[in-house]
Amino acid sequence: MPNKNSDITLSARNLKRHFGDHLVINDVSLELRRGEVLGLLGHNGAGKTTTMQMLTGCLLPNSGEIEICGINLLRQPVKAKANLGYLPEIPPLYRELSVNEYLSFAARLRGIKAPTVADALAQTINNCGLETVGKKIIGTLSKGYQQRVGIAQAIIHSPAVIVLDEPTVGLDPAQIREVRTLIRDLGNIHSVVLSTHLLSEVESVCDRVEIMQQGKLIYSDTSEHMRQHANASGFIVVLHNPPSLATLEAINGISHVEPITSTKFRVLHNPQDNPKSTLLSMAEQQGWKLEQLTPLQATLEDVYVRITSQERKDETDLKETSR
Amino acid sequence: MIRLLALRELRGLFAMPSTWFMLAILQFIFTWFFLNTLQTFLEIQPQLAQLANVPGVTTVVAVPLFNLMALLLMMLVPILTMRMIAEERRNHSFALLLSAPLPIRDIVLGKFFGLLTFLIIMMAGVPLMIYTLALGTSLDHGLILGNLLGLLLLTSSYVSLGLYVSSLTVQPIVAAIGALAVLVGLWLADIASSVEDSHWHFISPVNHFQKFNAGLLDSSDVVFFILFSAVFLMLTIRRINNNRIYG
Repeated sequence: MPNKNSDITLSARNLKRHFGDHLVINDVSLELRRGEVLGLLGHNGAGKTTTMQMLTGCLLPNSGEIEICGINLLRQPVKAKANLGYLPEIPPLYRELSVNEYLSFAARLRGIKAPTVADALAQTINNCGLETVGKKIIGTLSKGYQQRVGIAQAIIHSPAVIVLDEPTVGLDPAQIREVRTLIRDLGNIHSVVLSTHLLSEVESVCDRVEIMQQGKLIYSDTSEHMRQHANASGFIVVLHNPPSLATLEAINGISHVEPITSTKFRVLHNPQDNPKSTLLSMAEQQGWKLEQLTPLQATLEDVYVRITSQERKDETDLKETSR
Repeated sequence: MIRLLALRELRGLFAMPSTWFMLAILQFIFTWFFLNTLQTFLEIQPQLAQLANVPGVTTVVAVPLFNLMALLLMMLVPILTMRMIAEERRNHSFALLLSAPLPIRDIVLGKFFGLLTFLIIMMAGVPLMIYTLALGTSLDHGLILGNLLGLLLLTSSYVSLGLYVSSLTVQPIVAAIGALAVLVGLWLADIASSVEDSHWHFISPVNHFQKFNAGLLDSSDVVFFILFSAVFLMLTIRRINNNRIYG
């Protein structure tokens, strides 16, 4: 890895934030390098949006430090914000302006000099696929285009750090794919933080994942590892002539069998040894009439549960050993 | 930056059909009132001529017109200021300004000057109408300029107060009613108080405008308006900053 410190574009240390007595963000620390896409994963209300508002200076933390490209956001906000692009949950659009007018305004607002605005505008419009709607009034655009205009205003000044709050919400599948490609491309040059509650989004665009729960970062890893977590060890099997549950559970490697209907079962097994082939051959030999065998797709919930239960287990282990 | 933000406000206002409708209606009201008072003046002119100290056309026609404008501004400004901050916060477009590299002072001043410019454009037709009279008679330029200065100062005090109320809430309607309540309240307190030295007279912008309206240019009135505007602009900046602290 190249020089570590100079490449850190965003660093947040020990952020804390409460609304009234309610502690919303509890000791969150983040670091982001150039050319990296970080996914902030969590359910609604986990504190993702609040964290992003603090990272962009829209909300002040009660304690903690934020640095953007080495400039302190709380002490030198104007200088630090020049390196920042932000797309909030709801795109900050002036509905009465045309796309070109709005983006030119956003560019000037972010400190692009008047003579170079046209270049920046043309490039961003091209990047975000807005060529056909440049002269249209924003209020008349579809949700997907409005979202793209929102992304365009965040990247028009080519900032070092781009913060995107749920960038694909409300888009149709084709648009989601386009936006993800766009984010992936952006992530190669800039640093991107994006929040989401979709695991597939993290898988397809992020280099690194932070899972957030109740205002805390509970898990941090590369998305490669995350994917392994996501592959639940189990499958759904349909047998038209099923044996007893005990017979199934006796198969080597199967840890648990749960009947869903009389012919459909959820089979869980140890991650190390997959009993699929054994089950297949036994079904053939003993005439169980196997019809379907689908690997379980883990939901975010499953991954959460696994990670959080892992943490809890570690904690209790620690307590027991300390005794 | 302030100029950029002010221009954006203007562009946003002129992009809405309702703005043009409002401009047309107001121009109609001003013109109708102007022609009406002019006709009255022409009718009573022979009687006026017999008076010892003859009031000129400026006093009879222009002064009531400026007074009417001051009254209309009280109702108009809250409707315009409600959009400035409250509606932007409700539409979530305020995050664009907050995450941009500019101090909050610039955001507030940009909005202030944007709306002030719009109101100047809105009222510009009136002095033009009055100066058409110069074709046939001589006008009291001092009185007209004094009134225009007073009107400008009054407008800026109303706009700054409206901006502050607009920053207190995310409901534009609440912002409009709130600002209207304060402005009308100050005006009513002023006209209801019969005591000469009452504090109500002192804090009421309308009372200070009356002196300009009568052709009296008192530096203390100018200072009052400047202080009034500055205080509310500073309160607005503080309020937006506090919104970031308290969420």
